[in-house]
Amino acid sequence: MRLGHMLASVALGFATLASTGAKAVEIEYWQYVFDTRVKAMNQLIAKFQEANPDIKVKQTTFPYADYQTKVAAAILAGQGPDVVQLFYGWTDNFIAGKMIRPLRAEAFPAAEIERDFFPIVSAMKRGNDYYGLPTAVRSLALFYNKKAFKDAGLDPNNPPKTLEELVAAAEKTVKRDGSGNIISAGMTLDMGGQDHQWWREVLIRQFGGVPYTENDTKVAYNDEAGLKALTFYTDLQKKHKVGQAGFMDEGQAAFRAGLAAMTIDGTFRLGSFGTIKAFDWGVTELPANAQGVRSNYASYFANAITTKAEGEKLAAAEKFLKYVSSPEAMKVWMEVVGELPARREVALTPENIAHPVYGPFLKGLEYAHTTLFKDEAAQRQVAIDMANRVLIGGEDPKTSLAKAAEAEQAIIDRAKR
Amino acid sequence: MSAVSHREAASGGLWSRMSLGQKQVIWAWSFLAVPLVFYVVIRFWPTFQAFYLSATDWTITKPAAFVGLENYWRLFEDPLFWQVFRNTFMYLILGTPISLLISFVVAYYLDRVRFMHSFIRALYFLPFLTTAAAMAWVWRWFYQPVPIGVINDVLSSFGIPQQPFLRSTSQALPAVLAPAVWAGLGFQIIIFLAGLRAIPVTYYEAARIDGLSEGAILRRITLPLLKPTLVFLVVFSSIGFLRIFDQVYNINTNDPGGPLNSTKPLVLMIYQTAFSSYEMGYAAAQTVVLFVILLVISLVQLRLMRDR
Repeated sequence: MRLGHMLASVALGFATLASTGAKAVEIEYWQYVFDTRVKAMNQLIAKFQEANPDIKVKQTTFPYADYQTKVAAAILAGQGPDVVQLFYGWTDNFIAGKMIRPLRAEAFPAAEIERDFFPIVSAMKRGNDYYGLPTAVRSLALFYNKKAFKDAGLDPNNPPKTLEELVAAAEKTVKRDGSGNIISAGMTLDMGGQDHQWWREVLIRQFGGVPYTENDTKVAYNDEAGLKALTFYTDLQKKHKVGQAGFMDEGQAAFRAGLAAMTIDGTFRLGSFGTIKAFDWGVTELPANAQGVRSNYASYFANAITTKAEGEKLAAAEKFLKYVSSPEAMKVWMEVVGELPARREVALTPENIAHPVYGPFLKGLEYAHTTLFKDEAAQRQVAIDMANRVLIGGEDPKTSLAKAAEAEQAIIDRAKR
Repeated sequence: MSAVSHREAASGGLWSRMSLGQKQVIWAWSFLAVPLVFYVVIRFWPTFQAFYLSATDWTITKPAAFVGLENYWRLFEDPLFWQVFRNTFMYLILGTPISLLISFVVAYYLDRVRFMHSFIRALYFLPFLTTAAAMAWVWRWFYQPVPIGVINDVLSSFGIPQQPFLRSTSQALPAVLAPAVWAGLGFQIIIFLAGLRAIPVTYYEAARIDGLSEGAILRRITLPLLKPTLVFLVVFSSIGFLRIFDQVYNINTNDPGGPLNSTKPLVLMIYQTAFSSYEMGYAAAQTVVLFVILLVISLVQLRLMRDR
C-alpha cells in the first residue's frame, strides 16, 4: 500500500515536471569560453528569450583546448548541447560522428542563405544540405606600423598595394645590426601564424594556381604556381632578408613589440593590437599581384543543431539558430566581439566599408576563399615544415614543395576513409 | 528464548569463530581495498583498454572497428615514428648521464661545504619546483636571436656569430634538453646528498688512517656504496627523459616538436595523434610501443646494475 502511494506521488511529480516543461522548453547552447563572445551571447539570449517567452536557453562554456573532445563525448553520450558552436573545419568530423544534423530546408532555404550570406558559407554545405550558419566571420589583412613607415621615409597613409610594393616597403623598413642580424623586421615570416593561409589561399592563386581541386580533396599546388608562391615567400628571408622565421618567436609578438613593420593577421588579432600604445598602426587589404588579382582567407565559427535536439526542442533550436544568424544578432556580435557580420547586407554598409579598420577586412570577404580542412593542425604543420625545409634545411623549394604536397595528400586521404 | 539465541549464534558463526588476528587482517584488507580498487579502475583498466584500442581505428566520432595489427604496421612504416624514436633516445642518452654527472659533482662538493649549505641546496632545488611550462617559455626567449635573446647577446658581445638554437635541426634538441636537465638537477642532488650522508663516516676515517688518497676513497668507498642511490636515479631519470613532454611542447608551442620534428619525443607524437588528429587507435598503438620501451629499459637497467 505504502509503495503504491510512493509510486503515485512520483508519477505526480513527473507529471507536474512535464507540464511545466511544456510551458518553457529549455535548450542548451555550447561555445568555448572567450570573454567577449560569452558576453555577446548572453545579450543575444536575453533578447531572444524576451521575444520567445516559451523558450529558455542555457549557455555552457569551457576552455577551447578540449572543446572538440568534450562536445563529441557529450553528444555521443546523449548529453550536451542542442545548439553548438563549431569551427567550420570540424564539420566533416561532426557529421561523421552523427553529432550535428542538416538544417531543414523549409526553415533555412538554401537559396536564401546563398543570397544573403558571404559565399564562404558554402563550407558548411554537404550535398544540398547546410549543416550550420555563422554569426560572424574573420578574414586576413596586412597590419602595418605607421611609425616605422614614417621613420623609413614612407608615407604612413599609403601602405603597399601590390606584392612588389610589399617587398619594397619591407626592404625600406627592415633594420639590421653591424653583423647583418635583423634587429627589426620589415615583414614577419610566421607559417605557424596566418602565413600558411596566406600562402595557400592567396599567394598560390596570385601566381596563377589553385591550392586544391575536387572540393579540396586533391592537392593541386605542386606545380609552377605553387613553386613561385613558395619561392616568393621564402625569398623574403633568403633573398630580400626583410624578415626571419622565428624572429621574436611569433610574427604578432614582433609586431606588437614594434619590432616588425608589417605582419599579416586576422580580425581576431584586433583586440590584442588595440592595446598597443607605443605606436599607431594601420590595416590594409592583402596586397594584389601585378595583374591586380587579390584573394583572402576567411574562416568562421558556425552554429549548428545537434542530433540530440528532437521534437519541440528541435523547433526551439531552429528558432534560436535563426535568431543568432539574424542581422540584429550580427550587429550585436560586431559591437561586442569585433568580428565581421556574415550577412552581406549587414557587413557591407557604406559606414563599415569606410571604416579604417573593418573596411580592409570586409573588402577581403568578397573574394575570400575558405579551405575545407580535414585536419587543420596537421595540414598547417605541412606548410610549416615545407617552409622550414627551405629556410633551415636549405632544401630546394621544388623538392620541399613536392614533399609537402605528398604529405598533405596523405592526410586528406586518410581522413576520407 | 533458547531458539532465538541459537539462531544468533549460527548467523554470526563465521565471524565470531575467527581469531582476533584474522579479523584484523580482514579489516586491514577491506581498508586497503579502497585505494587498490581505485588504482585498478583508474590505472590498470585504462591500460588494458589501450591495448585493445591499439587494434582498432577509433577516432572518437566514428565507431571503432577491429583492424588487427594495422596500426602497428603503419607505425613501423612511418618515417616520423623512427625520427621520433631517435629523438626520444637522444633525450635519454644525453640527458641521463649529463644530469647524473652534474648532480653528482655538485652533491659531492656541496656535501663538504658547511658555509650556507642549506641556502645553496635550496637554490639548486628551486628549478625543480618551477612549472615546466613557465620555465620553457623563459628559455624560449633566452634562445631568441639578438636583440632579444640573452644567450645570443652574450655570444655576439664576444664576437661569436649568433646561433639559431631552436631554429636549427641540429641544435634544437640539446637546446630543449638543457632546461630539462637543469630542472631535474635539484631533485637528483638532494637524493645524492642523502646517499652520501648514509655512508658511515667510520669507513672514511679508516681509509684516511690507512693513507688512501681522495681519488681512491671516491672510487673504492663512495661510489660502490652509492650504488643503490645511483640505480634509483638512473632508472628514475631514464623514465623521466623517455617521457619528456612539457618542456618540448612549451618551448615551441607554434610548432611543437619542431623545427622539422627534430625535437619531437614519442609522448608528443602520441598527444598530437590523439588530441589533435583524433586518431585514438593509432595513438593507442604508439602508447603500447612506449610502454614496451619503458618496460624493457627499466628491466635491463635494473638487471645490469643489480648487486652481484
